[in-house]
Amino acid sequence: MNTIIYAVLFYLLAVMVVGSAAYVAVSKNIVRCAFALVYTFIGVAGLFVLLSADFIAATQVLVYVGGTLVLILFAVMLSSRISDVKISNRSVQFIPGFVVTCCFAVILIYIAVSGQWPIKDVIEFSPTTAAIGNSLLSRWLLPFEVISILILVGLMGAVVIARHKINSKGDAK
Amino acid sequence: MANGSYYNSFYLIFIPLLPLLGAMINGFFGAVIQTKLDKFYIHFVAIATVVTSFVLSLAGFIKLAADDSVLAIYTNAWTFLSIGSLKVDVAFILDPLSAVMCLVITFVGSLIHIYSTGYMKDDEGYWRFFAYLNLFMFSMLVLVLADNFLVMFIGWEGVGLCSYLLIGFWYKDVNNAKAGVKAFIVNRIGDVGFVIGIFILFWTLASISSGSGAVYTPGSAIHAPNSYASLVFADIEKTLQDVSIRQVFVAKTLFNIPAVTLICIALFIGAMGKSAQIPLYVWLPDAMAGPTPVSALIHAATMVTAGVYMVARLHFLFALSPFAMTWVALFGAVTALFAATIGFFQYDIKKVLAYSTISQLGFMFIGVGVGAYSAGIFHLVTHAFFKACLFLCAGSVIIGCHHEQDMRKMGGLSLYMPKTNLAYLIACIAISGFPFFSGFFSKDDILYRAFINQNMVYPGMGILIWGIGMAAALCTAYYIFRSYFMTFTGVFRGDPANLPKESPKSITHVLLLLAFFSAIVGFSDMPEIFYMPNLFHHFLEPVFESSRGLLHFSRGSHALEWLLTGLSVMLAFLGAYAAFYLYKDAESRLPTRLLSFESKPVRWVYRLIYNKYYIDELYHITMVKLVMAIRLIFNWIDQHIIDALVNFAGFAGKLVGTVAGTADSKGVDGMVNATANTVFTAGANLIKIQTGRLRHYLGVALAGGVILVIVNYIFFN
Amino acid sequence: MMPQMTPSLVHFLIVGALLFACGILCVITRRNAVGVLMGVELILNSANINFLAFAHFSSQSLQGGIDGHVFALFCIVLAALECAVALAIVMAIYRNFNKTIDMEELTTLRE
Repeated sequence: MNTIIYAVLFYLLAVMVVGSAAYVAVSKNIVRCAFALVYTFIGVAGLFVLLSADFIAATQVLVYVGGTLVLILFAVMLSSRISDVKISNRSVQFIPGFVVTCCFAVILIYIAVSGQWPIKDVIEFSPTTAAIGNSLLSRWLLPFEVISILILVGLMGAVVIARHKINSKGDAK
Repeated sequence: MANGSYYNSFYLIFIPLLPLLGAMINGFFGAVIQTKLDKFYIHFVAIATVVTSFVLSLAGFIKLAADDSVLAIYTNAWTFLSIGSLKVDVAFILDPLSAVMCLVITFVGSLIHIYSTGYMKDDEGYWRFFAYLNLFMFSMLVLVLADNFLVMFIGWEGVGLCSYLLIGFWYKDVNNAKAGVKAFIVNRIGDVGFVIGIFILFWTLASISSGSGAVYTPGSAIHAPNSYASLVFADIEKTLQDVSIRQVFVAKTLFNIPAVTLICIALFIGAMGKSAQIPLYVWLPDAMAGPTPVSALIHAATMVTAGVYMVARLHFLFALSPFAMTWVALFGAVTALFAATIGFFQYDIKKVLAYSTISQLGFMFIGVGVGAYSAGIFHLVTHAFFKACLFLCAGSVIIGCHHEQDMRKMGGLSLYMPKTNLAYLIACIAISGFPFFSGFFSKDDILYRAFINQNMVYPGMGILIWGIGMAAALCTAYYIFRSYFMTFTGVFRGDPANLPKESPKSITHVLLLLAFFSAIVGFSDMPEIFYMPNLFHHFLEPVFESSRGLLHFSRGSHALEWLLTGLSVMLAFLGAYAAFYLYKDAESRLPTRLLSFESKPVRWVYRLIYNKYYIDELYHITMVKLVMAIRLIFNWIDQHIIDALVNFAGFAGKLVGTVAGTADSKGVDGMVNATANTVFTAGANLIKIQTGRLRHYLGVALAGGVILVIVNYIFFN
Repeated sequence: MMPQMTPSLVHFLIVGALLFACGILCVITRRNAVGVLMGVELILNSANINFLAFAHFSSQSLQGGIDGHVFALFCIVLAALECAVALAIVMAIYRNFNKTIDMEELTTLRE
């Protein structure tokens, strides 16, 4: 891939990801937050493409943008009266939170910059889907199965939690 | 290490694994088995697994004893973790030391399992009890068989957990649950010491690189290919046998304190918690809330001796630090005497035995502290037998007297429970050190070695420790016979319509068997003066080989040994006679007489001892004060940083108002109240630090992490 | 020395770090429970960027490279699951705490 195009794409996507993520973190309107999140997710998917992770990028778009985000939007709609929406996502104690987060970000970036990461010599771009499929059904078969069961249990749990109204004594009726 | 090799045997893993299997069967299916089938299957599973692991231990023991070329039996189950050069295996090792421990644990454990079938017969939590007991056996066996610190720590925490579960076995009574929690928390204090000890040890070893005393740099422990950092006991021992490395190791300091001393003290704090030594002994008397077989198994014979075992296992470290050895021995001696005196005026039969256990553990620590490791372990073994016997007799008595534990309501039981009486008497004789019973040999060995040892930092310390030990031995004979006379002689003082009766056979047979062993087990390690081979000592010798060159004992003579032995026998008889004189027919006016004594100090001392030196109260007061102080600090932070001035103004106004108002209306007297009110107000405000808001918790945790990184960067970079 | 401009491992790590910081900021300052969840999603995404960046730039073998992808995949799946469960909890909270999902009012943890 052409290095310059690669760099331009990277910086564009990076700005998009970080900018929209920052918007998610500071915006006062929860619906706008949710839409900014779409841009973050799509940007992250773009970054994944740059990292030669085609399959993961596709999954990211499908699962996050198609699934998770719709779920979040539903929750927003169900839990707030629409008239409240404008003020429904206020921040509290923003300044101390911001200071702590900035310090933390500085530390993380310092580690990222100063770390002696091993770098491989030839960086290649090759399709990964087949390799991931093989890997999931051989080397990572057990975690794969465990996660399948976990999803089943989690979804049932979600249904149970969301359906039952719990009265003040704590038992479901 | 002496000449010899490891003998690989996969079967070793079954010694701990079988009880775990039993625990799983009873834990998962016990409730169903008990209701659908029969209780028989529950205790059949529990007892069969423990007995099988006893047989396996015995086989291992015989292999070790018979074949001199086999140093230890070893098995490596799987690799637990592997980070860089650090590799930790789940590996078990059966060397003479762990073989002795295994034998004691599985043998006494089997007997107590059998006993429990009688004791817990009518309890609806029957399956739960046996599942816990088996789980305990598993953890304890992992603890003693571990070949490295990490696996040992798993066992260490496991026994703590089981102890907690079993103390609070009858959790419906809130006091029992509280006792369980207390044991857990006090143990946790010790565990922190243990973990810190492991950390410092690892750090110190990692900072030694081959050839020179290189400086530690962060990360080098993981990457250095020829670092000595290891968590395996045998590796560390081997490393430290090299004189040049040992010198570098001993010269290492941390905060200007020799690192090895720090390590040993930290590890000893761990041992203190688990083995109930001053000042962390407070949980053990409360632990008597559990069922009596539990008290016998966990809080007398096995778990509480884990600390002693750990010190003996790490002899090669402790031998390098005379300072730490001195403190171990001194703490042991003081605990022995202190706990023995508390036993004087207790009326609850289990409490007497609990304090007796603390006192006997003190003796073991004298043994391992002065460098007489085999003597300390020998006392551990004999103690396991006679103390288990005493506890199980107490359990038998408690059942016989219809769940009465107060000795003032017993008496004359020798008529109604002759077998229990016999067993208890033999165990009493054994513990107080009458000639030719087990306690006599083990205790005398410890005290004699304390007398002649030269490993203490201060000269004459050995004799001081010996003196304290002798006094404790005298007290032991007194309090244990006091409990015997109060319980078994005279006339029955309970409800005459409800006379006690002898326990079932599953109980009495176990009692007599244990009593038999309490009587004879001492012959396995007779002192030299009887011109008999001391088998036990020889058996353990290879384990303690490496530290032998570091320990010094003055050349005692047979005359001295005879003299000291004679003296201790006299003290034993004196103590027993004093108990006989004062509590002959279970009647004593001693407490009332002491209370009516003219001189105030005597009464004061009696009260002090009767109330167990007010230690619990002291902890309560200091802890409450401490928590209050911490709350005040947090309150300050809350007021100043989080909600800033508004709350502070309100708080100050309220405070001033409270103080001024009270001072106005009530004058000087009111000042006292004002102080109290201030504390209350502070407390009420202070609760704000616990906001219940997750983001506060997360934010503070993050800020803490940031501060740690910054501090680390400033000071260590 | 000029910092290197062509995107390398460090660049991706920095994007990950910034995304993570945004997520943390979101989690600790939002009042709306759904907003907090969005922050959690951001954090998980930043972790994924790191996984894939290391897989792409650092891993020596092809197999190791694929391991990073597999982890990212697991991570996405778990994030979706977490989202479902957490939103269910939010709905339960909404019904049981007087029709609110304001984190400031959910302080029963202190009791």
